[in-house]
Amino acid sequence: MESLTTLTIAEARDLLAKREVGARELTEAHIAAVEAARPLNAFITETPGKALEMAAASDDRRARSDGADLGVMEGIPIAVKDLFCTEDILTTAGSHILDGFHPPYESTVSANLWRAGAVLLGKTNMDEFAMGSSNMTSYYGGVENPWRARQADNRPLVPGGSSGGSAAAVAARAAMGATGTDTGGSIRQPAAFSGIVGMKPTYGRCSRWGVVAFASSLDQAGPLTRSVRDAAIMLRAMAGHDGKDSTSVDCPVPDYEAALTGDVRGLRIGVPEQYRVDDMPDEIEALWSQGIDWLKAAGAEPVEISLPHTKYALPTYYIVAPAEASSNLARYDGVRYGLRVPGGELDEMYEATRGEGFGAEVKRRVLIGTYVLSAGYYDAYYNKARRVRSLIAKDFTDVFETVDAILTPTAPSAAFAIGEKMDDPIAMYLNDVFTVPASLAGLPAISVPAGLSAEGLPLGLHVIGKAFDEEMVLRVAGVLEAAANFTEEPAFIAAGRRTGS
Amino acid sequence: MSVDRNTVKQIAKLARIRVPEEQLDHLAGELTNILSWIEQLSELDTEGVEPMTSVVEMHPAPREDVVNDGGIAEKVMANAPEAAGSFFAVPKVVE
Repeated sequence: MESLTTLTIAEARDLLAKREVGARELTEAHIAAVEAARPLNAFITETPGKALEMAAASDDRRARSDGADLGVMEGIPIAVKDLFCTEDILTTAGSHILDGFHPPYESTVSANLWRAGAVLLGKTNMDEFAMGSSNMTSYYGGVENPWRARQADNRPLVPGGSSGGSAAAVAARAAMGATGTDTGGSIRQPAAFSGIVGMKPTYGRCSRWGVVAFASSLDQAGPLTRSVRDAAIMLRAMAGHDGKDSTSVDCPVPDYEAALTGDVRGLRIGVPEQYRVDDMPDEIEALWSQGIDWLKAAGAEPVEISLPHTKYALPTYYIVAPAEASSNLARYDGVRYGLRVPGGELDEMYEATRGEGFGAEVKRRVLIGTYVLSAGYYDAYYNKARRVRSLIAKDFTDVFETVDAILTPTAPSAAFAIGEKMDDPIAMYLNDVFTVPASLAGLPAISVPAGLSAEGLPLGLHVIGKAFDEEMVLRVAGVLEAAANFTEEPAFIAAGRRTGS
Repeated sequence: MSVDRNTVKQIAKLARIRVPEEQLDHLAGELTNILSWIEQLSELDTEGVEPMTSVVEMHPAPREDVVNDGGIAEKVMANAPEAAGSFFAVPKVVE
């Protein structure tokens, strides 16, 4: 019999609705899968007790209901990135400095998911404060990608980052979906590395309230799932206006699933020449061409476009994001929560706490941020970057006058080995070369698994849309997904309990 | 742009992060590399371009000027590394 842990959210939802399976049964299978997935180190905290409680409550709601009043995620077990505050449940942001932090409140996005009926399996591992593209900067150790290369030396690979634990958990079938956050690619790049779907909605679509802040003008929450339809279902549950986040936008959340018409006839799909970067591997280039052909075959019209400031996106990002991070992370001072390392005077206590509590990458970024914001450099670096950011956003506004969506690769390579690029920060930053521009412009974007590399590792295609046009992004992604028919599975599948056994 | 060990020391002080002496040179090298890479922005003419403040045009409505939270000192204090009643305790700052 089909294992409950290989179902998509949409399939599980239908079985639950027909009462062929209960939330408790589905959750038990996933609790077993989370345990089986421990070698991947995808979770920082497992919450099996809470999961069973929430599943029982879901079954109760369903028993009392005719179905019409149930949420879109009713009974679906998911994982939550450990950047979302969860009431009374340890929340670490992957950092030593948040040791023992049990938030007295719940983030809006996770509260929305619980209101929609979802069940919490646990909190996933991540790069410290979401700073990284490998999940290797976590205080709780790296996460292993469930995929392995066919040839080579079969070394364990990174799942990408920063939402690496979420990506690995979903790819290994330990959770049906997971929340992530994306500041410069932290949902889309790990989704591509792990052979799953990852979507960053428009800035403002999901509330940032209760999400540990990294770079406030860029951070956005989104889903990681095993299908485009699942991303549509989960995003609908996560999104919505929130009075507690002044940057959360007050516009109605559509039924994203209805956008999956499978019809892209007549759509104009932009193909930006500047994304043909030097030394792009042939297989990435080939996958991109394949994606263009798929959309053409489905009736869309590919259009060569120009986004002239693309090459400046990464350096702009590495001023704006660290600058905001240095301000946001000022709150970790050993006084109100988390780690305190004693020091004689107050300043010494701050310095000792932050010196010990932050890892190497976080320190680098806070120092860069402090530098570019310091007197004498503010204009040359920070204001300059904000000006270039305006130019990058305008590039997109201009092309969206003539195209409906943009197609690019998600990342310049497949997953790399654990330990690689650790001594070269800039090489690590280059992972996000295709995802950062849309982040700077605040635009919705998705990564869809579209093929395998020569080594048998998943590669993703990336669709970018206009602000608040998540429906177009999902529609195009749905057509790519159908054409790619990506059915390959990772080497490691968490064996949950099977039905009837 | 080159950053030397004294500059690292100074920004670490501003950022209130203790950096051991023996790591200063290494960090100076790393920060120099990153800042030199960022430096390519200077080749762009941005004269007359407005610096971005908000990526999505927003017109947040003013909210009611009312107290909508509070009175939860116990919850606020629950995570304190060191507390004295409903106060956060820190090393002595006034003699």
